Amino acid sequence: MAVNSASGAPGGLPGEDRSAKKGLWAWINKRLPLSDFISEQLTGYYAPKNFNIWYFFGSLALLVLVLQLVTGIFLTMFYKPGEATSFDSVEYIMREVDYGWLIRYLHSTGASAFFIVVYLHMFRAFLYGSYKAPRELLWLVGMFVYLALMAEAFMGYVLPWGNMSFWGAQVIVNLFGTIPAIGPGLVEWIRGDYGIADATLNRFFALHVVALPLGLLLLVLLHLVALRHTGSNNPDGIEIKEKLGADGKPLDGIPFHPYYTVKDVVGVGVFFVLFAIVVFFVPTFGGLFLEGPNFEPANPLSTPEHIAPVWYFTPYYAILRAVPDQRLGALLMGLAVMAFLFMPWLDRSPVKSMRYRGWMSRTALTLFAVSFIALGYLGLQPAEGLYVYLARFFAAIYFLFFLLMPIYSKLDRVKPVPDRVTYHAH
Amino acid sequence: MRTEVSQAARGALALLAAALLALGSAAAPAAEEAGAAEGGKLGADWQSWRAKNDVSDMPSVQRGARNFVSYCMGCHSLKYEHWSRLGHDLAIPQALLEKDLLPPGDKTTDYILTSMPASDAANWFGKTPPDLSLMARERGADYLYQLFTTFYVDPTRPTGANNLRLPAIAMPHVLSELEGLKGAVFRTVRKSDGGSEQVLDHFVPLAPGRLSATEYQGFVRDTVNFLDYVGDPTQTARHALGVWVVLFLLVFTWLAWLMKREYWKDVH
Repeated sequence: MAVNSASGAPGGLPGEDRSAKKGLWAWINKRLPLSDFISEQLTGYYAPKNFNIWYFFGSLALLVLVLQLVTGIFLTMFYKPGEATSFDSVEYIMREVDYGWLIRYLHSTGASAFFIVVYLHMFRAFLYGSYKAPRELLWLVGMFVYLALMAEAFMGYVLPWGNMSFWGAQVIVNLFGTIPAIGPGLVEWIRGDYGIADATLNRFFALHVVALPLGLLLLVLLHLVALRHTGSNNPDGIEIKEKLGADGKPLDGIPFHPYYTVKDVVGVGVFFVLFAIVVFFVPTFGGLFLEGPNFEPANPLSTPEHIAPVWYFTPYYAILRAVPDQRLGALLMGLAVMAFLFMPWLDRSPVKSMRYRGWMSRTALTLFAVSFIALGYLGLQPAEGLYVYLARFFAAIYFLFFLLMPIYSKLDRVKPVPDRVTYHAH
Repeated sequence: MRTEVSQAARGALALLAAALLALGSAAAPAAEEAGAAEGGKLGADWQSWRAKNDVSDMPSVQRGARNFVSYCMGCHSLKYEHWSRLGHDLAIPQALLEKDLLPPGDKTTDYILTSMPASDAANWFGKTPPDLSLMARERGADYLYQLFTTFYVDPTRPTGANNLRLPAIAMPHVLSELEGLKGAVFRTVRKSDGGSEQVLDHFVPLAPGRLSATEYQGFVRDTVNFLDYVGDPTQTARHALGVWVVLFLLVFTWLAWLMKREYWKDVH
């Protein structure tokens, strides 16, 4: 019936089709720089070619963030914040909602996985001096991501309203009460009540599902913007931008896409295998990821035998309990977290990577890593007897690592750094 | 050469998975059969008794459900579990469920609730008997197993019974007609801080029950197995699905690795 068609010639159709597609892409790019974005951020972004296994954890952290956001949205559809409803609604998700158990275990395991990949990501920065100039702000923004993540995890842990949720919140919120003068008023303001109660639970819900995720997303975006601006560090701690080829591209760089996208997919695969093993076979991870006492509803009249936070906070918790004076303990606990912020200015070494540093820096970092893990273990144990003395010992090493860094990082004998990165093609 | 590398990688993965599993399942040591006479001292090693239950053992979970309805439901509820859910998961036909397990007047869509009024229970026992839906998750199967096997006669208690796992327990020894009665002989040990404490030396059988010691252990194991199921009713389905998910992810990772290797041939 379409007799008035101008392009009646059958042979012209395929060509027309192609130009229309090209036209749409052109039309979009004239209005939204999608093509430029892809070439600037992926195909035209050059990353050092010598990344090793430590460089998987940044992209994995982003993956877990997305996983937490998606599973969190589905949990929010069924979760009902409130003293009388929270605990029951979580059990409703676990038992009555189709695959609710899967969504919940993905979210609860995701919380622990988030900290595992973030701690490994941070350790990578320690190993290769990724916080040093010109990446100080990249490091600082990353530390703010970590702080926001801690707040997010803490408030999320309160939401199931189990007995450990309740008492954990009690202990952590009361820490603010040790601040001189404003402490008691501040605690009341945080809780919105004279005790951890319905008001506290509801505001933690608001912060956990709206405020903190927005903040996290913004900070992660800034983290990526800063990273794209300075370029990635690498295991040799060499600035690849300083050695450009005839085409103006870094000689030791390769386009992020496709090389690191295909490589990161392998990392994602390995991560998901381990992650799925936990989710499907050991979701409580022997009480480390989901604690037994949290399967009892919150009960202000019954204190659990040992109040211990989830494992990712236990290094700081051990420091808190190692000090006999509560106010000083809380102060040291805060300092232990904040100490990371000063890394770029504490480290006076002329080289970035541990590969070219001497025995002093290497010993210090090893001792620090051992102390962090030991404190993490001690934070899970009752604070009595030998454990307290061990916690004091490791807490001392923890702080000496930072306090003495300006001295040992300067005294340390460093090796000459090569011009080009170390890379062996496979 | 290539196959060797990929085999090594897969081997390492399997090892990691095994290590993760071992870590996660926490304490599962090879403990002796609970209750067995250890060098004549019956029960001195009670803290090492393990439930050793297996939630995938359907007949055992079914027997546990029967035990629960007969001995526990008089006082305890499972407020998060429907009768119909129980029937479905435990493959109990509707007719049998209604005839043998359901309390008169209850529908299969009801939750499994005790008919004992909470206020009366608090009056009679000093506290309301707790809901048992999540008890196995909260305390663990081994805790429950030790609780059921360490009741002993104690005339100083209002119920005439006490318990090693939960001293001064408010619950009477309702299973005594099955287990029989036993007394406990304690000895004093010095603690490292200078104080002393009473620990069990051995149990003394006082009166036999309807079941032998081995039968009673089986009874307790089935009951604990059932409570373990109720604590996390999707666990067997979860394990079954998990095997396929992990297998899929292994294949996916292997393909991704092949793709990565192909692309990275250009990088020198």
